[in-house]
Order: sequence, then C-alpha cells, then structure tokens
Amino acid sequence: MDVVHWLLLALFAPLPILLLRSGSAAAVRYARWVAIGLASVVVLAPFVWLLAAVFKDRSVFNEYVFFPPLAQWSSKTMNLGNFVELLRGKPSVDGPVYFWQYVLNSTVYATVSTVAQLGVSSLGGYALAKYEFRGKAALMAFMLGSMMIPSVLLLAPLYKLVVDARMVDTLPGIIIPWIATAYGVFLFRQACVSVPNEMLDAGRIDGCSELGIYYRLVMPLVRPMAAAFCLIAFLQHWNSFFAPNVFLHSQRNFTLPIVLTMYVNDYHDTNYGVYLTGTALAMIPPAVLFLALQREFISGLTSGAVKG
Amino acid sequence: MQPASSSAQVPESLHPSGSSAAGPQGAAGRTKARAAMPPVDRGWAPYLFLAPYVVLTAAFFLMPFFNAIALAFYETNGPRTRVFVGLANFRFLFADPMFYRALENTTIFALASVFLQLPLSLGLAVLLNSSETRFKSFFRLILFSPNLVGQIFVGILFSVLFTPRYGLINRSLQGLFHWGLEERWLTNPALVMPALVLTSLWVWVGFNMVYFLAALQSVDKTLEEAARIDGAGAWSVFWHVTLPSMRHVVVFVVITCIIGSYQLFELPLALLNTTDGFGPDNSGLTLITYLYEMAFRSGDLGLGAAIGWVVTLIIFTISMVQIRASRILED
Repeated sequence: MDVVHWLLLALFAPLPILLLRSGSAAAVRYARWVAIGLASVVVLAPFVWLLAAVFKDRSVFNEYVFFPPLAQWSSKTMNLGNFVELLRGKPSVDGPVYFWQYVLNSTVYATVSTVAQLGVSSLGGYALAKYEFRGKAALMAFMLGSMMIPSVLLLAPLYKLVVDARMVDTLPGIIIPWIATAYGVFLFRQACVSVPNEMLDAGRIDGCSELGIYYRLVMPLVRPMAAAFCLIAFLQHWNSFFAPNVFLHSQRNFTLPIVLTMYVNDYHDTNYGVYLTGTALAMIPPAVLFLALQREFISGLTSGAVKG
Repeated sequence: MQPASSSAQVPESLHPSGSSAAGPQGAAGRTKARAAMPPVDRGWAPYLFLAPYVVLTAAFFLMPFFNAIALAFYETNGPRTRVFVGLANFRFLFADPMFYRALENTTIFALASVFLQLPLSLGLAVLLNSSETRFKSFFRLILFSPNLVGQIFVGILFSVLFTPRYGLINRSLQGLFHWGLEERWLTNPALVMPALVLTSLWVWVGFNMVYFLAALQSVDKTLEEAARIDGAGAWSVFWHVTLPSMRHVVVFVVITCIIGSYQLFELPLALLNTTDGFGPDNSGLTLITYLYEMAFRSGDLGLGAAIGWVVTLIIFTISMVQIRASRILED
C-alpha cells in the first residue's frame, strides 16, 4: 500500500468509531466533511502544482511532483528562470515584443470592454425598467430572441464586417462589436425594476435631469449588481480567445490567451515552465478582482436563475 | 462604476427632453391606456438611453445575422471574394465524415456533462447546504475557483497535468489505483474524450454547484420538515420534495449546460494544442473547432456560416424540447 492509501484509510477510520460512540448524525457529519475536503483538495491540487511548477528549475521539473523537499531548496532547484525566459523580448516581424506588451493589451482590452459594456447595459436596462415608451414590448421580445443565437454564428460575418471597416488587427476591432449585449441590458433591467419610483420622482421634483437620476440615484442603488456584472464582463474578455485570435494578426497586438497558446507550441519540447509561468500570471488579475467582489458576484450570478 | 466617459456630453442634448417631461401632457395620449401606472412618459429620454444598445446591436448583431443567412449560400476565400453556390455548403457538410465526428464528440461531451457533471454538482451542493456545514462560503469559493481561469489557461495547465509518467494526474492515478502512469491521454484517441470530460469536471462542477446551492437555500424548509414528520426518509424527502421545488433551476442549469457543451471550443483547442485542437484522428474534434478550422484556418467563411446555422439549429431544438418537457413535467 502507498502513502495515499494510508492517508485515505486514516481519513475514513474515524467513521465506524463515530458511528458506535456518537450515533449516525455525527458519522454523517464527519463523512460530509471528508467528502467536501476531498473535493476541495482535488480542485486546489492543480493550483498548488502550478505554483510549484512556476519556480522549479527545468532540470528538476519532473523530479518532484509538487515542491522539492525543503532541504533541497537552492537556486539550482528553485529559481526565477522561467520568469526570465518569459519576460525576455521575443523577435517578431516588427521588432522584439516583450511579455508586458501582451499583459498591457489584455488589460486595455478587458478594461475598456467592461467599462463600455457597463455604460451601455446599465443605461439601457434603466430605460427598460423605469420608462414606458412605444416599441418597448417589441424590443424586449427581440432581446429575448437574440439571446438564443449562439455567438459563433455571427463570427464569420462579423469578421467580414470588421475587415470592411478597416478595424481588423486593432483593439477597437475586438472591443466595439461586443459592447452591446442583450444579456447585460436584461441583468440591469432586473436590478433597476426594484428601485422605488417615488425615489426617482423625488429626484425629478428636486430638479434632477433624467440622466442625473440614472447617474446619481439609480447607479448607486444597483451597485452590487453592477459589481457582479463588471466581474463577469472582465472575466469574459480577459479569458476571451476565439474572436481576438481570429481578428488580431500582428504579434504586438496579441492578448495573453493567444500568445500563451503559441508558446505551448514553441516551448512544448523544451520547457513547460515558461508557458505555465505565463498562465499563472494570467490567473492573477481575475483572482484579485474576484476576491474583492466575491459576495456581489455569487448573488449576481444566480439572481436571474433563482426567481421562479 | 463610472459610465463610459463619452456620456459626459449627453446632458446638453438631453435637456429638451427634461423640460418636455416637466409639462403635464407629455408627448401624446398614448400612456392614457396605462392610467394605473405612474406617469412615466418622459419624451426622448428612454430612446436616448437605449440608443447605444440599439445602434450597436443593429450594426454588430442584426447586420451580421442577416449576412450569416446569405453567407451560408456562398463559397468564400477569405473575407473578400465570394461565389454563390446555393446549398453546396450544406451538401458538403452532410457528406463530410469530419462533421459527423465533430457532432458525435460534441454530443458525447454534452451527455457526459449532463449525466456526470450535474449530478456531482448537485451532490456537492447538497453536502454544502446542510446547515451544520460551517465555512459554507469558504468551500463554495474554493470549488468555484476554477471558473476564474479561462478555458484556454485551463487547457494549457491540464495539457501538462496529463503528461505520461510525470503528469500530476498520471501520478495520482498510479498512486490510487496502480494504473495510468504511462497512459497517453492526449495522444491516444480512446482517451482524448475522457481527458476532456475530466478537465471539464474540474472546471464546471463548482460552477453548477453555485446555482444548485442557491436553489437549495430558497427551498421552503417547512415543506421538507412536514415530509419528514410524515415519516419520509432523507432520500425520499430530497427526491419528492426538495428536487421538485427547485425544478426551475434544474431546467435552467441543464439547458445552459447543454448549450455550453455544444459551443465547446477553447478547452479542447488548448488541451490538444499539439494536434491543432483536433486530437489524434479527430478524436477531440468539436463542432466549433470544426467551424474554426473551416472558416478561419481554411478561409471559407461561407462554410463557417453554414456550420454556424447547424449548431444554432441543434441548440435551438434541444432547448425547445427541454422547455416543452419541463412544462409537461410541471402539469
């Protein structure tokens, strides 16, 4: 028997003892904890493994599963070699390109997209929630229908459109077509409906313009929803691959997902560590944002689903 | 939380609408029919607020949408040249063994998602939901965390975890079952789909769990209590009371899960990067990878649009069947 088996055995050993001594409720509680703990270990193991892989030297990469034992730690086993190789300028058609260029591209792309999407969606959602106007029902029906269309269907004609508009291989070309989403407008409509009308009327009596009401009264009230939406939008664009990969052509315009898939081919036979380091770095911004907005995110994610 | 900076100049243009809204009559008598509703005719304001969405949607949704209809009947070579070919794209598609392989793989993946991933998600949600479980949100955070990582990054990470002899997964399997140390997950056609499914479990079990957990928390506790008092066992309370009262969320999650499965693309592309995202003998080819290959690597956007329509039709049909079935279940 291996260490793993002994460990598992040790985990399950208290089960019969608990069953005999404290009854089935305690045993069930213990089993539940073990199951959740094991699931968490399975989920976390790849992250821990990745953290070790980032710092392990190429020569010992396969020698230790995770980190080398503490006694073995030296600059020969643990170093920043992967970072050095990753951050080194790589030759391209238009001069050397550094890794930070892709980080910058991804950041600009994800941030601008998110902010623009937030503006368009919240304005539209507010209008749908708090105004009566001609064509509203038709527009809502259209939006619901448009959500049934998978985005890939539009990719080929969109590519043609972006080429015709001379926006191919530019950041605006991958940002502008994806700013308006029916889903975003709907989310904000749902959030704005619960804002009391009396409050908006009070604002009007006090001389607030319609836009002022949106900006000063409605937006602060739907802030949790807006935070969740920002996180979802940022994640989507930060991790987006299909459209940027098709629409961007020159090396210095690439975003992180594109360039890292390229590195997989470049370094596959020589050094996994380089693209694993890049992958680990690419995971940091979404993780930070998520930890900051965690509470809003989970409630925002499920708000649309858990109502019926 | 600032809106787009371009909206800074809107107040001036909005001013006339603000003053017209101040007038008691508003623009027309069309709101009379809704006398019960508060007076909310504000002239142009709602149109202005919706204008960015409408304009962008017209340009980047409606136009490409109608183009996609036309494009499916053309053969193109890159975005510039096109020849009308009638139904030839669809004829090609339905004669292409690669298409059927992609359809088969994608369907297998969708089935695995519904019958492996969702039960696991539900199980974990039930475990986490039981009231004694402290640190509920902590474990929810852990189990959800893979979803923060983009599919491309997950694919890259797992392509190394599946390394024969040294990969974490191979070593773990060896440690647990004395099997699998040398298995070539990503180059053995028989193991490519299992590898893909395993990876997807790691990512999405926690995602669906969040939905199930939210649904479980909103289930009426008194109903469950009543059933328990009537002598129902834990299992039958869950099956006859808890699950039926969260059926809306179950339907929602099943539909999104199937729709997502049929759009699978980035994960296999990165996981099977060394074989162009196809896997050996197309063993990991999905419908969207096939679309990507035809439309953007080979440059036939027309064929790409045709594949897009087939995928749309599949997704639409499945959602309709699913919604219909859930309505029947409710009656």
